Amino acid sequence: MSGRRERWLDEDAGPLVRPYAITRGRTRARGAALDLVTILVAAEGPAAPRSGLSPEHQRVLRLCRAPHTLVDLASRLELPLGVIRVLVDELLEPGLLRVETPAPTALPDLDVLRRIRDELRTI
Amino acid sequence: MTSSGRSDRAAAPRAAYKILVAGGFGTGKTTMVGAVSEIRPLRTEESITEASAGVDDLSELERKSTTTVAMDFGRITLGDGLAVYLFGTPGQERFWFMWEELARGALGAVVVVDTRRISASFASLDYFEQRAEPFVIAVNRFEGSVEYTEEEIRTALDTDPEVPIVLFDARDRESAKFVLVELLDHAISRPREVPAGL
Repeated sequence: MSGRRERWLDEDAGPLVRPYAITRGRTRARGAALDLVTILVAAEGPAAPRSGLSPEHQRVLRLCRAPHTLVDLASRLELPLGVIRVLVDELLEPGLLRVETPAPTALPDLDVLRRIRDELRTI
Repeated sequence: MTSSGRSDRAAAPRAAYKILVAGGFGTGKTTMVGAVSEIRPLRTEESITEASAGVDDLSELERKSTTTVAMDFGRITLGDGLAVYLFGTPGQERFWFMWEELARGALGAVVVVDTRRISASFASLDYFEQRAEPFVIAVNRFEGSVEYTEEEIRTALDTDPEVPIVLFDARDRESAKFVLVELLDHAISRPREVPAGL
């Protein structure tokens, strides 16, 4: 048993639990491949804790009370992207998580590009 | 309530865009991502147990479609819920399979070049020359490297005149930022195909 949450030896060592243990043996997400910058958010309504959700699932849901991209989740939870994909997929299926904004599939409009450029100049 | 207290303000983007940072091993991709990212750059990897291997130095790695290779990831949060994500990826041809996903819908790419080892970035250049996404060439000025003119570099790289070449210092935030602004300028000014069916 991994306890309440996996423990970390240190940053470089990573979790003391194998990724496939976290995902209970699944190594690939079943659903359509999500882009790294797909924005996800927890479904609204009272946070109904579902039995069968691992601590990692619950952490994803907690973080996603505010929109997070897939890669943000990997960064915040310090888990490999492949693991995040599986976790997210398992939360999307029963509707606990939903895609807030799909990743762009083409270059955005000139207006958006100009806004990004102008904003970049000011950071 | 906008977000939980511990959650940084940056973690609630409304629109997220990607920029790829490509180039050969040791050219300064990781450094550049780190220079402009507001978060400590994440090195994320899947299915690779040799975590101590350098991000590009995966010469023993076999190409497998299920393997995602180490990559550096950084983020810049802009106003109005816009967020730009930087992805530093190994440039060698055997990693191209993972670039497809990264490049789809990206704002564009920065191909980082080290003038001491120009050929290290050829594969990245080849890749973006055959794709639709805009890209710029960013020449990292390492200490002790010979200063070349843009023309000399363009000739050495044998690249189209419309591809911008920027000289920069990957360690310097302002300098790295300037490269990104140049990329956006290039994306704005170059001719676009009108999407069909609109």
